[in-house]
Amino acid sequence: MLGGQLISVLRREIVEEGDEKGVNSMGIRFVLLVNKQGQTRLAQYYAEHLTLDERRALEGEIVRKCLARTEQQCSFVEHRNYKIVYRRYASLFFLVGVDNDENELAILEFIHLFVETMDRHFGNVCELDIMFHLEKAHFMLEEMVMNGCIVETSKSNILAPIQLMEKAS
Amino acid sequence: MYRPERRSEAPNSKPSAFSAASMAATAAITTTSSPSLVDTLFQRSLDDVIRALRSSPSSASEETVISRALDEIRREIRSPDLDTKSVSLQKLTYLASLHHLDLSWAAFHALELLPSPSLPHARIGYLAASLSFHPSSTELLPLATHQLRKHFAPSPANPPALAASALHLLALASSPDLGRHLASDLLPLLSSQSAASSSLRAKAVATALRTLAVCPDVAPVLFKPLVDCLSSSDPRTVSAAVGAFCELALAAPDPFPYLPLAPEFYRLLVDSRNNWVLIKVLKIFARLAPLEPRLASRILDPICQLLRRSHAKSLVFECIRTILSSLTDHEEAVRLAVDKVKEFLSSDDDPNLRYLGLRALSMLGSAHPWVVEESKEAVIKSLSDPDTNIRIESLHLIVGMLCESNVVEICNLLNKYAMKSDPEFANEIIGAMLVTCGKNLYELILDFDWYVALLGEMVRNPHCAKGEEIERQLVDIGLRVRDARPELVRVARDLLIDPALLGNPFLFRVLSASAWVSGEYVEFSRNPVELVEALLQPRINLLPSLIRAVYIQSVFKVMSFCFISFIEQIQAVELLSVGGSTQRSEKNGEQSDTVPLKTTESNVSEGDHGDTTADTVLLLDLIDKKTNFTRESISDLMNLIETAVAPLSECEEVEVQERARNVLGLLFTLRETQFWNIEAAHELKSDKELSEIIELLEAAFSEELGPVSANAQKRVSVPEGLNLNANLSDLSKILTDYDLTPSASISFSLQSYNPQETKEDSVLAVEPSSLLAEHRKRHGLYYLSTHRDGDELNDYPRANEPLLPVDHGDATEDLVKLTTPSLVPRKSKPTKPRPVVIRLDEGDGTSTSHLTTVKKSDNLLSEAIRGVLLENESQPSLSGKLDTSSKRRENDASDNSELISQQTESVTLEHGNSSSRKSRQHRTHKERNESHFKNEDIEKSSRHSIKSSRQHRRHKHRQRGDVTADIVPQTPAIQDFLL
Repeated sequence: MLGGQLISVLRREIVEEGDEKGVNSMGIRFVLLVNKQGQTRLAQYYAEHLTLDERRALEGEIVRKCLARTEQQCSFVEHRNYKIVYRRYASLFFLVGVDNDENELAILEFIHLFVETMDRHFGNVCELDIMFHLEKAHFMLEEMVMNGCIVETSKSNILAPIQLMEKAS
Repeated sequence: MYRPERRSEAPNSKPSAFSAASMAATAAITTTSSPSLVDTLFQRSLDDVIRALRSSPSSASEETVISRALDEIRREIRSPDLDTKSVSLQKLTYLASLHHLDLSWAAFHALELLPSPSLPHARIGYLAASLSFHPSSTELLPLATHQLRKHFAPSPANPPALAASALHLLALASSPDLGRHLASDLLPLLSSQSAASSSLRAKAVATALRTLAVCPDVAPVLFKPLVDCLSSSDPRTVSAAVGAFCELALAAPDPFPYLPLAPEFYRLLVDSRNNWVLIKVLKIFARLAPLEPRLASRILDPICQLLRRSHAKSLVFECIRTILSSLTDHEEAVRLAVDKVKEFLSSDDDPNLRYLGLRALSMLGSAHPWVVEESKEAVIKSLSDPDTNIRIESLHLIVGMLCESNVVEICNLLNKYAMKSDPEFANEIIGAMLVTCGKNLYELILDFDWYVALLGEMVRNPHCAKGEEIERQLVDIGLRVRDARPELVRVARDLLIDPALLGNPFLFRVLSASAWVSGEYVEFSRNPVELVEALLQPRINLLPSLIRAVYIQSVFKVMSFCFISFIEQIQAVELLSVGGSTQRSEKNGEQSDTVPLKTTESNVSEGDHGDTTADTVLLLDLIDKKTNFTRESISDLMNLIETAVAPLSECEEVEVQERARNVLGLLFTLRETQFWNIEAAHELKSDKELSEIIELLEAAFSEELGPVSANAQKRVSVPEGLNLNANLSDLSKILTDYDLTPSASISFSLQSYNPQETKEDSVLAVEPSSLLAEHRKRHGLYYLSTHRDGDELNDYPRANEPLLPVDHGDATEDLVKLTTPSLVPRKSKPTKPRPVVIRLDEGDGTSTSHLTTVKKSDNLLSEAIRGVLLENESQPSLSGKLDTSSKRRENDASDNSELISQQTESVTLEHGNSSSRKSRQHRTHKERNESHFKNEDIEKSSRHSIKSSRQHRRHKHRQRGDVTADIVPQTPAIQDFLL
């Protein structure tokens, strides 16, 4: 019974920790695409500035944690002071770091939407598509997420500017 | 080497097409700069670099590919030709982003590309900038201000894609200055109504959120348009605006200022069909509902409907989370949410739902224990889930339900389960048990014998790595819980004699604690000789030297205890044999002369005045307890110690060496005395040397160690006339009187050992202890009571056998057993009273789980937003005054506060109430705890109250300003909504 209190206290601490960072609190902290070998294929951080060493360390830790997990395990991993929601598509892992009170299932849906959007654009998207068209993947993400908030969830809306640009060139 | 033909292999590749197309133009214009021309002509595209990287077989050759590409990039990026520059920046961005390279040196080149009329160039520039720029590291950021402003401006020259990139950059790299300068430029984007720019509007909302965050001064400019976006007809804008307000409300330390917007959110909650929007709205309400009970009852119905109808699991989970975290007072809704949670828990094929179901249960906390009780089986089943995260959640839930009545059953089962778990989870279980049981000075534990035994069993777990915490608790219980000491000594002995434990380095600390406990409380040991054997077993060489030092110190204590007991025994036997009343007077005189050795002994001398038979029984009992000490056993013990410790006196580690020499020193001193020949107590008395040694040993270890409060030192008042800051220079003069020649301190060797010296030392050594006693008499307040009631120890039954037989049966079998005990606290009468746990003031070792941290003052942003809500009518002009506006707003608020009527004053008080109550509670709590220390505390508590009242006043003052600021616009809004 009192342990329950402890849990709620811990939760409060988590919230207060977030408050300390205060205004920097936001939904999505980063989006990472990593292949089975643990090589980064796309990395976008939102309002969380990390030095190169910090980035390397963070990505290494996350990859170690998530890639070791099996299909029978859940898609949520707590790491440092945030939560990682991940999903595996073929050889690629999509990892999204979010605040602790973000809705995990919604983020899973977001990942799926991102994959579907790329799939529609590239046609049967694979790791190579993202490697050779990193820029486009970034633009799609840019259309979907702004400042860690999801601003666009319609595939055709997301792809419209990219198609426009392709037509122009 | 780089054949241009290669490019034709990839005709779709855009960058190579660019460079090919631009070749002619560049060649025409910049014929003078030949190196860059060569670069342009033979530039590798991004695709070429990627192919080269992919074809490199090893990471070493990859490194060389990267460094060669970097060399090229450094050359190419300086080219005046924008195509060359953009391709090289593109390559650099790729390498930096995926291979963790530094991009900051190219910041200026990225900026150079922004004004390019070509959209692809500009976007490459924006991408590089948004991946690398940050206010903390990019000094060139102000240079981007003008370009961003140009791209925000609505004009046909700016395609939406460009403005979107510009917004993205601003959102990622906003500095306060940049935000302040560009805030007003966001306004046209925020308020544009055209359908074409609706996607930009949503992005502008997200960017405005960021700008507000880094630069709260712009709230007067941006907040109103953001509020308007909530009622926009464009669903994308609404979605983005709700997202923005969700972040604002979650980040605000006090979400009170957002309460006036509740009607807008309520409308969305009822009308919106977009799950993303609904999730965000629910998050906002979860934060607002606790502030306003009427709001909670109003939103209850729509949330329950969503919960019933929705098929989207994410939305269902958000509803559950909202109810279980913020609407727990509404039984019916909780019921409904719990039913959904059960569905989650029972979804065998989806670990995500099972995990979230457990999370939801732990959200509810202790307010509704029936909830966990109902899902008990699912929770306990999860303990064997293939997923560690799920197992940990379920463990925390189970541990969270521990209470005084079920702690024994559940911990026993958990501990058995830990034996069979994998190392990581076993330690999770052990750690969770240690934390929960040790919380608030073991408040859950009624039966300390059981708990101490449990600690001993935890150590038997081959994976146990929590040695440090177990060590702390073993010693701590020894110090605090007198009644647990016999069991503690027994457990410590079991641990010490187990050679297997010496193989696990994580447990060394536990062994150290065991050694200390056995030495300190050796009087409870059943077989001190065995203890010495355990402490001196050859394998202790495996231990680190500091722990070996503890072992040897314990040997010292045990040896002196055995010797004293032996002497006592002689005295007791004599008492018994003399028996008759004729001898009594003489004996009494004798007794009072000899030092009362142990408390039991002094009991005997008191009981002496009573009945002779009772006397005899007591004495027989005493002898019975210590029959193991014969002259031979003492002699054997000494021989054993000598053979084992003598080699250590040459040990290289100083701590070990020093203590080993102490032990040997005592040993030889004892041998030199003639105690072997002493037959009767009167001879003992006549042997002055021996009695002095006994006296000395007694003085050394009789003082009981106790827990010391962290604040103890502060409470000792400085005696009058003592100047703590006085110069200590004349100290050396005093010291010379004692003639501390260096040889005296060095010659602590066995050869030059002189019993005469100890005699002198003994006088000196007794003196401090008598001083201590004197001090104790004067300042008894600060000491723990030394009253010990050892007789009660015996009616304390032992809870468990030392080693529960670990059955290696099926794991599930145990889990089934775990389902039998109820997790809900039952009201059961404890069979025996809880032993006293020594507790000092509030600063003592408590986990401070109850201490509420004083809320930080509201941050700038919410103050700014309050200001905006106050000044709904008078919109400040958009530019120019921004810097001073925040200051002005404060003045306005304080002006208003002087105008408040009595009525608002009362509201203010009500609002500020919680904080004042908190501080009052805090104070009374403190006073109660420190009642022993009244004298000193009067001053302290008065200081405290002054401080807190001052704080309180300041707080209230600020509150007054704020609340009046809120009340004016807020009251009508709330009423409209709720009636």
